[in-house]
Amino acid sequence: MTMIEAIRDAHDVAMARDERVVVFGEDVGYFGGVFRCTAGLQKKYGKTRCFDAPISELGIVGAAVGMASYGLHPVVEIQFADYVYPAIDQIASEAARLRYRSAGDFTCPLVIRMPTGGGIFGGQTHSQSPEAFFTHVCGLKTVMPSNPQDAKGLLLAAIEDPDPVIFLEPKRLYNGPFDGHHDQPIVPWKKHDLGEVDDDYYVTPLGKAAIRRDGEAVTVLAYGTMVYVAEAAAEESGIDAEVIDLRTLLPLDIDTITESVKKTGRCLIVHEATKTGGFGAELMSQVQEACFYHLESPIIRVTGWDTPYPHAQEWDYFPGPARVIAALHQLMEE
Amino acid sequence: MSKTAPLHLRVPEPGCRPGDEPDFSDFVIPKAGEVDRPSLDVDPNAIREMAFSIIRVLNADGDAVGPWAGTLSHDELIKGLRHMLTLRIFDERMMNAQRQGKTSFYIQHLGEEAVSCAFRKALEKGDMNFPTYRQAGLLIAGGYPMVEMMNQIYSNSKDPLHGRQLPIMYSSKEHGFFSISGNLGTQFMQSVGWAMASAISGDTRIATGWIGDGSTAESDFHAALVFASTYNAPVVLNIVNNQWAISTFQGIARGGVGTFAARGHGFGIPAVRVDGNDYLAVHAVAKWASERARAGHGPTLIEHVTYRKGGHSSSDDPSAYRAKEESDAWPLGDPIERLKQHLIHEGVWSDAQHEAAEAEIRAEVIAAQKEAEANGTLGAGKLPSPRDMFEGVYETMPPHLVKQRQEAGY
Repeated sequence: MTMIEAIRDAHDVAMARDERVVVFGEDVGYFGGVFRCTAGLQKKYGKTRCFDAPISELGIVGAAVGMASYGLHPVVEIQFADYVYPAIDQIASEAARLRYRSAGDFTCPLVIRMPTGGGIFGGQTHSQSPEAFFTHVCGLKTVMPSNPQDAKGLLLAAIEDPDPVIFLEPKRLYNGPFDGHHDQPIVPWKKHDLGEVDDDYYVTPLGKAAIRRDGEAVTVLAYGTMVYVAEAAAEESGIDAEVIDLRTLLPLDIDTITESVKKTGRCLIVHEATKTGGFGAELMSQVQEACFYHLESPIIRVTGWDTPYPHAQEWDYFPGPARVIAALHQLMEE
Repeated sequence: MSKTAPLHLRVPEPGCRPGDEPDFSDFVIPKAGEVDRPSLDVDPNAIREMAFSIIRVLNADGDAVGPWAGTLSHDELIKGLRHMLTLRIFDERMMNAQRQGKTSFYIQHLGEEAVSCAFRKALEKGDMNFPTYRQAGLLIAGGYPMVEMMNQIYSNSKDPLHGRQLPIMYSSKEHGFFSISGNLGTQFMQSVGWAMASAISGDTRIATGWIGDGSTAESDFHAALVFASTYNAPVVLNIVNNQWAISTFQGIARGGVGTFAARGHGFGIPAVRVDGNDYLAVHAVAKWASERARAGHGPTLIEHVTYRKGGHSSSDDPSAYRAKEESDAWPLGDPIERLKQHLIHEGVWSDAQHEAAEAEIRAEVIAAQKEAEANGTLGAGKLPSPRDMFEGVYETMPPHLVKQRQEAGY
């Protein structure tokens, strides 16, 4: 399956298993979503289980909070992560706080899906990676899959989770893995191991990272598209890097990270999002706290620049393999 | 050079400021009984003028008149009067408790008691209210224990919200009272979502949304009307127009023309205005709108026209921005006084009975207060454990919070 098919399949499995699961968002119903992630669901489950919403992100999330407090399990889509900002009040002030402020009287089992990330000539408002907005909010869980297998398992886990989950989908990975070599042909998911997706129900637990490449020399912390960039950089540099795909940013699998960094003594953090105040800063401080006496060199971040996401300068902005390779050499003091 | 005059920004001003003579002469009050009671399935376009009139039942003589009269028996009205008295005395005691340092904050309902108390009586068990911080009458009239409310206000050892919430931000699912948020307008949209969920589930329960005049300017107000209209959600959307948003008069939110109810017209939602100080009118309108929702006719927008007699909160001094005499000049009077006069006029109540009821209720409120204060107050201790501060962020405490709790010494 592609990641799109895996996400659609996760919806299908969840809706078949639990009638409390309802799906809505802009263009999500009849049309099946601008990325086809909900195609066929309205036909199969009816208009009251999967439907189109007005163009109002705050309305979509606000309605979902009300539905979740009623007892449904809404799975809503924000068409692009770049457009989530009108809903931030409903997400941060309401969804995230409902259990806490009502002492469990009301809860908010809700999933907010949103295509994220760049590398597609999306310009300023179709490329952003706003994960740090969400990881800073207590009460939310923030998830980003990097492959179809995880996308299905993590989405099913998110739908079942009793708390609100922000589910960020790297749209660059929807149809195949992408390692940042934009001048090379795209390999489809059907030619990748992680494109093999079980048709049945399964979950990939939230809060657990995955080691994508074993290595001894340096630990690379990545998620989403940057997992493949990191893998490619490791191969091309000849540096024996261990690549960890975080999968869930919050709660963070700090144990897997710590074990790896203590082994390698070095840590590189890569993400597409802008640098200052990005999630990399949190990773950096946690690794520093947990692994200080094991570190053999300063922790380095390779990220998007602190600028809005440009259009023409796509490949100078996107943190591709060349920048990651340079950072790996710097870490190894080569 | 342009020949037109320089442009000028209009910034609306209230009719009167401190030191001015209050003047409500341009406030048109329709006669009681004058507004029709439409059928439940009325076409919103057929009642457009209702958004510019005011549904009133009690006339100046204390008679209940017109097509909206007769929804409640005398016994029920006496109960309603007692609810409003309870809320007023509760407010008075809690404002004092705040002044005495027993809690940090309080918000009173002075002059608006009829709105939430009367509305609650039109709802059924299982319906869900999405209130603001000024609808505690929904709890009082719904039989929620005052001691629990006070435990929350005092943030004490028995606070149902474990000391996590600012005073008066109650929550009771069992009593159909959604958790109050400090963020204005958010619950208006959520009420529509809850109502949609009820419809999706083939349920028969309805939701009510609540918002103040000032907060109608929030984006959530607009979104709620769009969604309620699009999905024909079984929700009653209430705007409580008490003329003031802290120091800002309602003209700043309303734009100087029309009414808040008229906002419903653009969304195809039946919109009515009601005398918010007329217990009978509020109840009748609430009943009509909730019956509409329950029958599947969709949302209704109600503007409750009232006046915020007290300060915005215990942290506010209204004499800094409006005339002290303004509240006395408010032409729709006092909701308790008006219902009292009606019941006396009907021969089922008397000044003596009223005084006796007041004394009895005061004793009940004081007894509840003593009981609550025995559980602790913010000023004098017996607070919830700091350990509890870390609970309930998620259903299961994640490792980083366990670690922080241990760091905090718990």
